[in-house]
Amino acid sequence: MPRTGPAREVAVVAFAQSDHLRRTDELSEVEMVMPVLHQVLDRTGLKAKEIGFTCSGSSDYLAGRAFSFTMTLDGVGAWPPISESHVEMDGAWALYEAWVKIQTGEADTTLVYAYGKSSPGPVRDVLTRQLDPYYLAPLWPDSVALAALQAQALIDAGETDERALAAIGARSRAAAGANPHAQLSGDAVPQGDYQVAPLRTGDCPPIGDGAAAVILAAGDTARRLCARPAWITGIDHRIEAHGLGLRDLTDSPSTRLAAERAGVFERPVDTAELHAPFSSQEVVLRKALGLGADVLVNPSGGALAANPIMAAGLIRIGEAAARIHSGASDRAVAHATSGPCLQQNLVAVLEGERA
Amino acid sequence: MSTSGKEPVAVVGIGQTKHVAARHDVSIAGLVREAAARALADAELTWADIDAVVIGKAPDFFEGVMMPELYLADALGAVGKPMLRVHTAGSVGGSTALVASNLVAARVHRTVLTLAFEKQSESNAMWGLSLPVPFQQPLLAGAGGFFAPHVRAYMRRTGAPDAVGSLVAYKDRRNALKNPYAHLHEHGITLEKVQASPMLWDPIRYSETCPSSDGACAMVLTDRAGAARSPRPPAWLHGGAMRSEPTLFAGKDFVSPQAGKDCAADVYRQAGITDPRREIDAVEMYVPFSWYEPMWLENLGFAEEGEGWKLTEAGVTELDGDLPVNPSGGVLSTNPIGASGMIRFAEAALQVRGQAGEHQIPDARRALGHAYGGGAQFFAMWLVGAEEPGR
Repeated sequence: MPRTGPAREVAVVAFAQSDHLRRTDELSEVEMVMPVLHQVLDRTGLKAKEIGFTCSGSSDYLAGRAFSFTMTLDGVGAWPPISESHVEMDGAWALYEAWVKIQTGEADTTLVYAYGKSSPGPVRDVLTRQLDPYYLAPLWPDSVALAALQAQALIDAGETDERALAAIGARSRAAAGANPHAQLSGDAVPQGDYQVAPLRTGDCPPIGDGAAAVILAAGDTARRLCARPAWITGIDHRIEAHGLGLRDLTDSPSTRLAAERAGVFERPVDTAELHAPFSSQEVVLRKALGLGADVLVNPSGGALAANPIMAAGLIRIGEAAARIHSGASDRAVAHATSGPCLQQNLVAVLEGERA
Repeated sequence: MSTSGKEPVAVVGIGQTKHVAARHDVSIAGLVREAAARALADAELTWADIDAVVIGKAPDFFEGVMMPELYLADALGAVGKPMLRVHTAGSVGGSTALVASNLVAARVHRTVLTLAFEKQSESNAMWGLSLPVPFQQPLLAGAGGFFAPHVRAYMRRTGAPDAVGSLVAYKDRRNALKNPYAHLHEHGITLEKVQASPMLWDPIRYSETCPSSDGACAMVLTDRAGAARSPRPPAWLHGGAMRSEPTLFAGKDFVSPQAGKDCAADVYRQAGITDPRREIDAVEMYVPFSWYEPMWLENLGFAEEGEGWKLTEAGVTELDGDLPVNPSGGVLSTNPIGASGMIRFAEAALQVRGQAGEHQIPDARRALGHAYGGGAQFFAMWLVGAEEPGR
């Protein structure tokens, strides 16, 4: 019997996000998520009960309580009961699960959302709990320190220097001037002191809280809900070894493989939304994705302008889709990452139909 | 919506660890690898045959590792492959298997390893589930404190005699004696001992409560071509569904949640089941506290409302009854929380494969695996059969 592979056309038809803020002490997670859910549904005219499948991404470790996602489900209004799932991953992987669900034929529309509040705790310390619990986590190497190792490896390999890294941060935050949701924007954000050499404040993502939501739809449903759907023509994700000593930190073979599977290299892209929380990681991702100087990278400002953990990857897909929706892009690549030093990566290609 | 284009999904490999209170001899990676290696051996496949890994577990606080799948990628042979991590509260083991099955059904991948685990000895699960004030009143310790009032509501609503819960526990603990992987092997168990055990959360006694276990369960799911190469009979997926509803809302029926009814109805529709009591040969349902057996019997359509306890009391759900429930010993005998749902799904598959050993139900052709979680709000179920669907 011939093998067909996933066959259904699936598009991002709507995207919404919160303003990303350093603190949201006055908001619970559900209060942060609910307006975003309402916005994304309003953009399509769909009601929650008309959605075929709902999937979210978040982390109990950020929320500081078990089963934290059960609270935010209240923001969806899961009554009558809904078909629903959750990943303890960035929302980009929730979107992947939703895309698979549509491919099974069991749903024509899906609601995807993600959120994270980093402000209540010391997030650099919290993320150390993500590491090998026997050999690495007891040393508490924080996320900035690990990214600094990667940055230094890039500098040692002659792939970048501190001036080039600073330019990435400055360019990102200048671009974020056009993004009303960004936490940091404008030309005036100083590069600052070393956080962990060679990374300075400007090379590191802001710490903050935020949420995002996306609606996917299949085929003609997508055409009905959106004037110019952002078709997901390919999506794939890959993970690498956890041990940093087992990896070449100056490269991202998992990103390259996911990009191959997603069809990135079949035709040029005009736009890239990369989930690079550290300036140095943009260098790695540009290389893995083969992005030339003609590709517009992170017009939203990227994670250097707003990095709500667990949502920042989904936001890259949403931002890329929004540029397709508006006609600013015809073919974009969106990327999400998870784990220390780009351990796990997801790549999606989004395309608009030519007029 | 069309569902006719789906690839048939088969379970061709199943592996479990021997569930115990504390696996001090292995790391978390060692625990999951043991179950995965056994599932691969059962399927006579190698790590290279696996296209993707889907892993599930309950809250990360249980082991104190945030998103442990990142650290487990190496141990599960996932390097260079896609890896997904599911978390849907207590139903997660079931949800994880369903997410994995969708990858095959959608023809995204051909052969997927799915695994769920919990190593509860790394922490204290009861306090891990107990939220700090102000999120919860200070006396609601653990899941038992949450569910006991709903059991009491069931008893009041149906007039079920007080002893029904102890009958369930006595049955499941005896069934566990026939399952070499079960955590609790209480060789001297008697009904009197169950009924004399200390009251924990009235009306739930110590012996009517699930243990806290270290364990993992893994399955290899594959497509029709993969099933054709399987060295042992596959279990075929005939229907699978998830349903969720809010934790608390005015009008919520905690005794028989609508999400559970809807989930079962969806599974039965997919599988062409119209009379579950007659057409299903074995049930592995998620019964963490004894009384949930009669409650779920009603919620899943095996008994009319108010009648579930009568099936239990009459022995219908015994190993030799006409609707055996939890022949493996169930959650009451084994509870690595994140894995418990997958163990239900896997045990259902073992039954229709004829591979359940001493707790095999003779000639089981169709079996239901069931899991629930959160405040009786998340449901995941699958129905597996000995024959390929539509054949």
